[in-house]
Amino acid sequence: MLHKAQETFGYLDEDVLTYIARGLKLPLSRVYGVATFYHLFSLKPAGAHTCIVCLGTACYVKGSGKILEALEQELSITVGNTSADDKVSLLSARCVRACGIAPVAVFDGTVAGKVEPPAALSRIQAWEAED
Amino acid sequence: MDDLANLIDVAKTERSRQKRLRVHCCTSTGCRAASSEAVLTSLQDTIKTEGLEDEVEAIGVGCMGFCGRGPLVEIEPSAWLDPAFQGDKPLENEQLYEEVKPEQAASIITALKGGTAVAVKGNPQHPFFARQMKVVREFSGRIDPERIEEYIAVGGYRSLHKAVYEMTPAEVVDEITHSGLRGRGGGGYPTGLKWATVAKMTGDQKYVICNGDEGDPGAFMDRSVLESDPHLVLEGMAIAGYAVGANHGFIYVRAEYPLAIQRLQKAIQQAKKYGLLGSQIFDSMFDFKVDIRIGAGAFVCGEETALIQSIEGGRGNPQPRPPYPAQSGLWDCPTLINNVETFGNIAPIIHRGGDWYAGIGTEKSKGTKIFALTGKIRNNGLIEVPMGITLRDIVEDMGGGVPEGDIKAVQTGGPSGGCIPVSLLDTPVDYDSLVAIGSMMGSGGMVVMDDTTNMVEVAKFYMEFCKEESCGKCIPCRAGTVQLYDMLTHLLSKQATEDDLIKLEELCRMVKETSLCGLGMSAPNPVLSTLRYFHDEYEALLKTPAFSSS
Repeated sequence: MLHKAQETFGYLDEDVLTYIARGLKLPLSRVYGVATFYHLFSLKPAGAHTCIVCLGTACYVKGSGKILEALEQELSITVGNTSADDKVSLLSARCVRACGIAPVAVFDGTVAGKVEPPAALSRIQAWEAED
Repeated sequence: MDDLANLIDVAKTERSRQKRLRVHCCTSTGCRAASSEAVLTSLQDTIKTEGLEDEVEAIGVGCMGFCGRGPLVEIEPSAWLDPAFQGDKPLENEQLYEEVKPEQAASIITALKGGTAVAVKGNPQHPFFARQMKVVREFSGRIDPERIEEYIAVGGYRSLHKAVYEMTPAEVVDEITHSGLRGRGGGGYPTGLKWATVAKMTGDQKYVICNGDEGDPGAFMDRSVLESDPHLVLEGMAIAGYAVGANHGFIYVRAEYPLAIQRLQKAIQQAKKYGLLGSQIFDSMFDFKVDIRIGAGAFVCGEETALIQSIEGGRGNPQPRPPYPAQSGLWDCPTLINNVETFGNIAPIIHRGGDWYAGIGTEKSKGTKIFALTGKIRNNGLIEVPMGITLRDIVEDMGGGVPEGDIKAVQTGGPSGGCIPVSLLDTPVDYDSLVAIGSMMGSGGMVVMDDTTNMVEVAKFYMEFCKEESCGKCIPCRAGTVQLYDMLTHLLSKQATEDDLIKLEELCRMVKETSLCGLGMSAPNPVLSTLRYFHDEYEALLKTPAFSSS
């Protein structure tokens, strides 16, 4: 149910959760509890583009932390947030299971392997340049 | 599907459809990220333009294992896939290409007519491949995971037929017990014993759950099995359903695995169409249906009681055991819950017998295990090896060692496991030996670290993971992991004293002994194992360098 709502609206705000709770005849607290328990559900709208940097063990050992640092500086935000112009959301993941090609970043759902900080930066800068 | 004759017919028709030469191109997540789909299209187009359609076919297959050098393209005669095939497999008939770029793909096909391809040639006899022993992954990377006919042609669903028609449920349980198979999710609980417990329970409704919530960072064998050979898992679940008396199964898959979910959905539909899942399987009295449940990103849901809560639609909070899920699980019914890889072993065991399986591996750990070899290592990827092989064989011989510098440690078991120092590399890989040295088998992640890796930072990295993934239900885990994380941060800022190190260790033991579920009980393992084997690195970070008491 929440999967479908998230897919449709992109995020779950209070109205959506209230609607679901009423429909299922459950207290809002129960629905809210489930929605906040799982990382996949987001209570905030996302930016136009998302970049997910993998911080799994293999990527970590191969320096994905440096990619994240570079991107945080470029966008002047910390991980988990969206840039001020709503263009880019920067997220981290606990392993996207493409460890064979670590370090990995996911740009708008497309997995890219063996990413170096300059390559990641240029992808982000291209998004920022868009109207 | 009425009976065996139909199954054999489907297999025959499929085999006669297959062309003499098969060009396999990996289309799993790893290789896809390196544009393997464009490679496959180019291979297929070139076969047409070269007029080789009657001889050669290019097929998108599952994972071949050597993910670090993808996309991989392999050429194999289709005759080798026939279960009845016997005799030599001459090397020159098998060709492997690595890191194939879309623009190189055409030359691989034209080279079949003579000449050489411009792609990088791999060596299928490299220890990375040659030392493997494939049971679960036998057909991974060799068949099209999106076509049930290919699975049936290599002998698929034969074991289910054998179980339903030639064996009683009790005999199936005995066969699994006899094989010595232990749970591949990490704990290593004997699978046969679990099945027997569920089978003994009375009650009309029982469930089978396949745990595909692969949470350990650095472990991706379950994703690979689901993407490469989904029917193998479904067949294993159906056999389990028959053995324990369940008619409904659930596969719980992480939402992060869209390709695995899509292939499973397709596989379930196809199996239903052939009457291999659903009601009256093979026209018998046995019914079994399978539904998919998708996770939503919570590590703790890999814990069986939390996973059951999550399937029921609630927060994935672990529950105290007993009662065990085998007694009272999903919707309070007796529930059998096994890992993806465990179910992957079932059909081969029923097909070849428990004796055969028990002949592989060590005294207490039977069979093979898939490992994900990653980190600072030359040959990245998935390997399936017999239990009892040494870490050194895996890391140095198969993995080719670290690219630069020296190996410092191997981390096994994910956030629940420990770091094994290079001095213990000769330890055989089995459940009990790994626990004895302070780590664990876990789901099979193996991350290699070289001498540039700071072990205290690694411990902090894992603690941060556990801190965030703790569900917050029990205090030792909720508060303990935060405190441990803070202590490690304190240590890394060179502010800690020797007393702090002692406190760190005490707190680790407390969290380990008093937590409710496996997450908390194993969360301190990375700290404890690095304290044990890399104590000097901790000491070097102290405010006033410690003088050893000796």
